[in-house]
Amino acid sequence: MSANLLAVFYLISGVLFILALRGLSSPETSRQGNLFGIIGMAIAIGVTFLSVGNFSTGFLYVLGFLLIGGSAGAFIAYKIPMTAMPELVAGFHSLVGLAAVFVAISAFLNPEVFNLGSPGNIKIASLIEMSFGAAIGAITFTGSIIAFLKLRGIMSGSPITFLGQHFLNLALGLILLGLIFYLCKTQVDTWFWTIIVISFLVGVLLIIPIGGADMPVVISMLNSYSGWAAAGIGFTLENTALIITGALVGSSGAILSYIMCKGMNRSFFNVILGGFGGTDKSSSSKSKEQKPVKNGNADDAAFLMKNAASVIIVPGYGMAVAQAQHALREMVDSLKKNGVKVTYAIHPVAGRMPGHMNVLLAEANVPYDEVFELEEINNDFANCDVAYVIGANDVTNPVAKTDPQSPIYGMPILDVEKSKSVLFVKRSLSPGYAGIDNDLFYRDNTLMLFADAKKMTEDIIKNL
Amino acid sequence: MEIDPFIFRLSIFILSIFIGYYVVWSVTPSLHTPLMSVTNAISSVIIVGAIIAGLAGDFGNIFDTANIFGFLAIILAAVNIFGGFLVTQRMLAMYRKKKKDK
Repeated sequence: MSANLLAVFYLISGVLFILALRGLSSPETSRQGNLFGIIGMAIAIGVTFLSVGNFSTGFLYVLGFLLIGGSAGAFIAYKIPMTAMPELVAGFHSLVGLAAVFVAISAFLNPEVFNLGSPGNIKIASLIEMSFGAAIGAITFTGSIIAFLKLRGIMSGSPITFLGQHFLNLALGLILLGLIFYLCKTQVDTWFWTIIVISFLVGVLLIIPIGGADMPVVISMLNSYSGWAAAGIGFTLENTALIITGALVGSSGAILSYIMCKGMNRSFFNVILGGFGGTDKSSSSKSKEQKPVKNGNADDAAFLMKNAASVIIVPGYGMAVAQAQHALREMVDSLKKNGVKVTYAIHPVAGRMPGHMNVLLAEANVPYDEVFELEEINNDFANCDVAYVIGANDVTNPVAKTDPQSPIYGMPILDVEKSKSVLFVKRSLSPGYAGIDNDLFYRDNTLMLFADAKKMTEDIIKNL
Repeated sequence: MEIDPFIFRLSIFILSIFIGYYVVWSVTPSLHTPLMSVTNAISSVIIVGAIIAGLAGDFGNIFDTANIFGFLAIILAAVNIFGGFLVTQRMLAMYRKKKKDK
């Protein structure tokens, strides 16, 4: 196959990948979009085989490895529970990162195959591109591993900080640039390996100071990095499909990070520098003076909701942890039978990754046209009888609007306090992730339901 | 004077960033999780580099260090391609509109 024809096919896959993302603009077209993505990938892999044209023993090996990886991937995709989606995505990002490192290594060791020159005499431009691809890939790899461990709960979600941390990261970043420069000048392979090792270290150092609830930003950011790594390798291999995809994924991750940061009213750098959301002892002890709370049970909650005209459900990470989405849908079904109008309100940073709550509700067969984003539904709280807050906390805290001293001041929140009554399912009165007390607990129209989210919801169903 | 092919690739890259920017802003927020899993799957198109690296060389020395790294990359990328597209499909299949409401 001629190089030009090959390039045209890669361009076609690139376009199909664009259409795959375009399809996600609505759930209606999304399934078709995913199909475009699969076709694009099949074309890219197919023409690569044809272009190499080496249908010998090697071909069988490649096909074998493809099947091994593919079946492992398919197995994971079918087995994984929806609540584990954040860890899965983090894990997948680490694989893209490591694959980029490996491809860069083979290009460095055997540059002739990729027309990049010969070992010890690789084209400078290619050397720069592959170093960047390998470095970003390595950062993505170890960074995603740390994110995975934190999301899985194997590693504590609280930030790990030490003196001079940011200075160290900056120094390592500068050393990396210096090493890439020396690598280009000397072509000595030691520098190449050092670049990869330091990048692995940087990946770890970048993610450890970031706390558990900032994970939506971290995952989006690593998503973006995996794209830039792919683009770097795309330049090295002079492959259009890879360059287009890398750019798409890179900007997609960057936009998601931006949306997540805006949902918390924090700057990207504030999140990246980390340290937020540590167990801030001072603020929790300050609220020691017991304020009166109204304590309710499942019976009260069922009574309130049964007699309401409209109910808005506000889910948060706690719902995912308790796996309460199916019980919640059942509760809503019986409410609907009683003629209650029920909708769902989702805050942009609810959960541990962008869109986390939507997927869980979809899994529980909640129709997506009953689920609304913050801007769409926020005015409806004023006309709603009951707000049922399940597993959310900071995103409902009115302090964000009233107290300029508060760490979450300015964060857009769901105006839950405007509804006639608020049912707040929570295990205890402990402050949320931001380490601050939620004013909503002590309001007259708030009824606290102290229990596990799933258990409480099931008890309410019994009382309906 | 001839233009370096690198400049053409750079143009594709920059324009694709802009395409990505506009396309991703039009993605509905409720599909942000599938967006992440599908971008993950498509970025594994890096497998083309791995295949070229894996198939390099003569029949005899197919287990050269460079080839082995290529093979490892093929496995990793294949996990992502199949895993990413299938899990996206599984998620998207769950998004249903309100239909039979009693």
